[in-house]
Amino acid sequence: MKELICIVCPRGCHLTVDDNLNVSGNNCPRGEAYAKAELTHPTRTLTSTVKITSKLEVRCPVKTDKPLPKEKIYEAMDLINHVKISAPIKIGDIILENILGTDVNIVATKNINE
Amino acid sequence: MEQFDLVIIGGGSAGMSAAIESYNLGIKDILILEKNNYLGGILNQCIHNGFGLQEFKEELTGPEFMTRFSKKVNELGIKYELNTNVLGISKDKVVSYSNKDGYKEVKAKAIILTTGCYERNAGAISLGGDRPSGVYTAGQAQLYLNNYGKLVGKKVFILGSGDIGLIMARRMSLEGAKVLGVAELMPYSAGLNRNIVQCLQDFNIPLYLSHTVKEVIGPKGHLEKIVLAQVDERFNFIPGTEQEFECDTLLLSVGLVPNVDLLSKLGIHFAKSRGPVVNQYMETELEGLFASGNVLHVHDLVDYVVSEAREAARGVYLYLNNKLPNTTEKSLVKPLKGVGYVVPNYVQKIDNDDKLIFKFRVAKPYKNINLVIKEGDKVIKKIYKLAIIPSEMEIVKIDKKLFELNGEDITVEVEEK
Amino acid sequence: MLDVILIGAGVVGSLIARKLASYELDVLVIDKENDVGNVTSMANSAIVHSGYDPKPGSKKAIFNVKGNAMFPKLCEELDVHYEQNGSLTVAIYEEQLETLKELELRAKENGVPVQLLSKEEVLKMEPNLSPEVKGALLAPTAGIVNPFTLPVHAMENAVDNGVKLHLGEEVLSINKINDGFEVITNKNKYEAKVVINAAGVYSDKIHSMIEPIDYSIEARKGEYFVLDHYGEQLVNHTIFPLPSAKGKGILVAKTTSNNFIVGPSSEPDPDKEDVSTDKATLDNIRKQATLLVPNIPFNQVIRSFSGLRPTPSTHDFIIEPSKSYPSFINVSGIESPGYVSSPAIAEYVVDELVSKVLKLNKKASFNPYVRKRVHLNELSLEERNKLIKENPDYGVIICNCEKVSLGEIKDELSRSVPPHTIKAMKKRTRAGFGKCQSGFCQPLVLKEIAHKFNIPLNDVLYDKNESFIAHYDTKSED
Repeated sequence: MKELICIVCPRGCHLTVDDNLNVSGNNCPRGEAYAKAELTHPTRTLTSTVKITSKLEVRCPVKTDKPLPKEKIYEAMDLINHVKISAPIKIGDIILENILGTDVNIVATKNINE
Repeated sequence: MEQFDLVIIGGGSAGMSAAIESYNLGIKDILILEKNNYLGGILNQCIHNGFGLQEFKEELTGPEFMTRFSKKVNELGIKYELNTNVLGISKDKVVSYSNKDGYKEVKAKAIILTTGCYERNAGAISLGGDRPSGVYTAGQAQLYLNNYGKLVGKKVFILGSGDIGLIMARRMSLEGAKVLGVAELMPYSAGLNRNIVQCLQDFNIPLYLSHTVKEVIGPKGHLEKIVLAQVDERFNFIPGTEQEFECDTLLLSVGLVPNVDLLSKLGIHFAKSRGPVVNQYMETELEGLFASGNVLHVHDLVDYVVSEAREAARGVYLYLNNKLPNTTEKSLVKPLKGVGYVVPNYVQKIDNDDKLIFKFRVAKPYKNINLVIKEGDKVIKKIYKLAIIPSEMEIVKIDKKLFELNGEDITVEVEEK
Repeated sequence: MLDVILIGAGVVGSLIARKLASYELDVLVIDKENDVGNVTSMANSAIVHSGYDPKPGSKKAIFNVKGNAMFPKLCEELDVHYEQNGSLTVAIYEEQLETLKELELRAKENGVPVQLLSKEEVLKMEPNLSPEVKGALLAPTAGIVNPFTLPVHAMENAVDNGVKLHLGEEVLSINKINDGFEVITNKNKYEAKVVINAAGVYSDKIHSMIEPIDYSIEARKGEYFVLDHYGEQLVNHTIFPLPSAKGKGILVAKTTSNNFIVGPSSEPDPDKEDVSTDKATLDNIRKQATLLVPNIPFNQVIRSFSGLRPTPSTHDFIIEPSKSYPSFINVSGIESPGYVSSPAIAEYVVDELVSKVLKLNKKASFNPYVRKRVHLNELSLEERNKLIKENPDYGVIICNCEKVSLGEIKDELSRSVPPHTIKAMKKRTRAGFGKCQSGFCQPLVLKEIAHKFNIPLNDVLYDKNESFIAHYDTKSED
């Protein structure tokens, strides 16, 4: 038996998972999926910023477009820290593609004009 | 003097949401006044994800969430002025404001105040010790980090387990700082559970409950260390529990306060939430002046902010169409045992909508309780809760027909089993 | 060789510098702090005391009464907020009425107008006072002043009239040389005919650099609360309890920005750099102040702070040449009522002491006025619009809490004693003084300072040399 707090949404349900990965305490199916994933291969959405050349901003916020295996977060940060982009940039623009062979892209989360 | 049907003060998520809803209800003569050089308010610096699950059924970052709203405002052609600071509201709803084009006064038929909140800081909590640099509110450090690309320090302690502090624990860790710990005065966390997990536990950052910072030490002008101490149930330091942490940064996440400055000269009353007293349409005691979002009460989710702002827009619509008389009977809404505050503060008998929405927070964590809403002695609704915590706002919608609304108090309380 | 080196740019030093600037003299002011008026002068009650209280015949009594009369003109010339709001010294217990009568006599001796008020009269004037009040002594000539801008504007006026100012420079030693003194600092070496020591809590240390001394300056710490301007008028007069051996006691006063201050405590502090606060002391202030004004809204507290009084072991101001050298002048131990006394002290130091060792010729070009500042809230709508048309920066509000415009920020940066730090800007403009305590405006002010002095954002200081703010870049190459 393992107790978890669901982080899928801000509701933060208290989940219980037994040895056969049966989940209880969840209020939606996503909670069940989260609990199973958390105990087998935990993932996180990573958000950060990258350097940008623009008259308006010095950093552009970015995120992973899918959850990233938790253990790869610092490796991903290392990639993010070494990118420099130029405005204009649009929400969803891919900054880094298929990072660390995970099929996860780093995408911009803000529109920034020149 | 220029006139508008609706002036919205603050172009953050509440202001934009109220503007869009008002426009859709047929109020097209709108002016939004925004102090920053963009629409979106504080979300601009909240680059983490977790916004929009209710609103858009997907998880967005702050800038993405705000852009969806600002895009809509622009598409509808709603008028707004940026870099504009409102300096006053008069009782006859003249709004005075200043920007690089001049100092202006405009007359509003209705106003929605959506000025958000500000962070409690070292001054407000009388933080003991020196006054070095290196002590910031979490939001201030967040702005420097996310928008300026600057870390305010590399060895960080955080006082207060509010969500911004937890989010910053993760952000600073990812950006190369070492976060030594988070202290919380209360015996329970002030932040959302998910943030304890993904911002502290993921990064092995300890949470010290019933602890606070007794002293900050930085005689040479920059923070060198803090003294942490445990507190008893009356929040007095327990002698002998002091421990020192060498750090160059102390972030404060010790609460948010509605930014009600503009209301201070209007003679209206304030509620326990520290926002203005309002009815079920978020109308203040000054007819035609509405408030919504964090200026009314501090929300934990922006999704709730935007839906509340829509309710306020609906109130404006009724008001401008003379369907919101200010003279009707009032039933006061009171938080009783175990409840911190309730919005609205009173309900008026108006035959327009069929639901009443009550928003409130419990004063401390409870398990296995009923939330009881009564009118006079009559129980209107009872809701069972397995667990309930102050950091999560409760929203209860009740069929208005269940209430008499004849002037008897409506109460919200916790019933322990 | 310089004519005068003045050590210390507090309110006393700044006003002496300004007075010296009215004569044909070559003057250098040195202060170890990164701004003028940065220690005792910026952390006190900011009361322009009437002068009823000091012992008759003492220097404190003489300079206080004389200084009080100089304030209206001084603050007009220097464009400093000042208000003669009067003070009330309040008796809470029946037996204190006797003391009030003694104070009334003392006031007469000092030549200070006062009036004894009955309970009813007091409560009519100040309805928020405790209903327990038994009577009070009204001193109508007492006032309040902006303690931050007076030293800044005085020094600006001095510099505009030819005085040189070196901030961030610490005097390490002083040697007597043939026709004057050699002053060695951490940055340079100077020679001057006259040295004036106005070094506040360190004036004993500076004095002892040239001769043995038989007194000491103790730092006495006073802690305060600051309340926001919150829409209601807590008090109009400065409210004092009866004075005691420890000082004037814990007062409740409004400030020139219509905030309210509550304090100070009074405890000796062996560390002359220590301006920390602690909970126990603040709790006691809360308790004491509530005896005078029961309903102080402590939920409106926006800051607590502490200041250091330079308390002399002689119990009176020390304003005299050193024993060995008439051209080494000490202005020391200027504790309360120092602020109000400062213009009278400055006049005395220059006209009575410096004049004995240097020939003073009036400077024809001396202008006692500082360049007028813009006071946005005193302008009509039309005036404000005209100003914004001329300079749009006056329309852009940077500090929301205190409504400070970008125009005012830039104006300060353009002056002869510009703010180099966030705190210096705060003292001049009030940007960051409000309820959010610079949460929103600090980055904007930081940018303006960095831009003006052409330094990276990373190097802008809050106050002292190590007090960096946005110090590290993320995503840096290393």
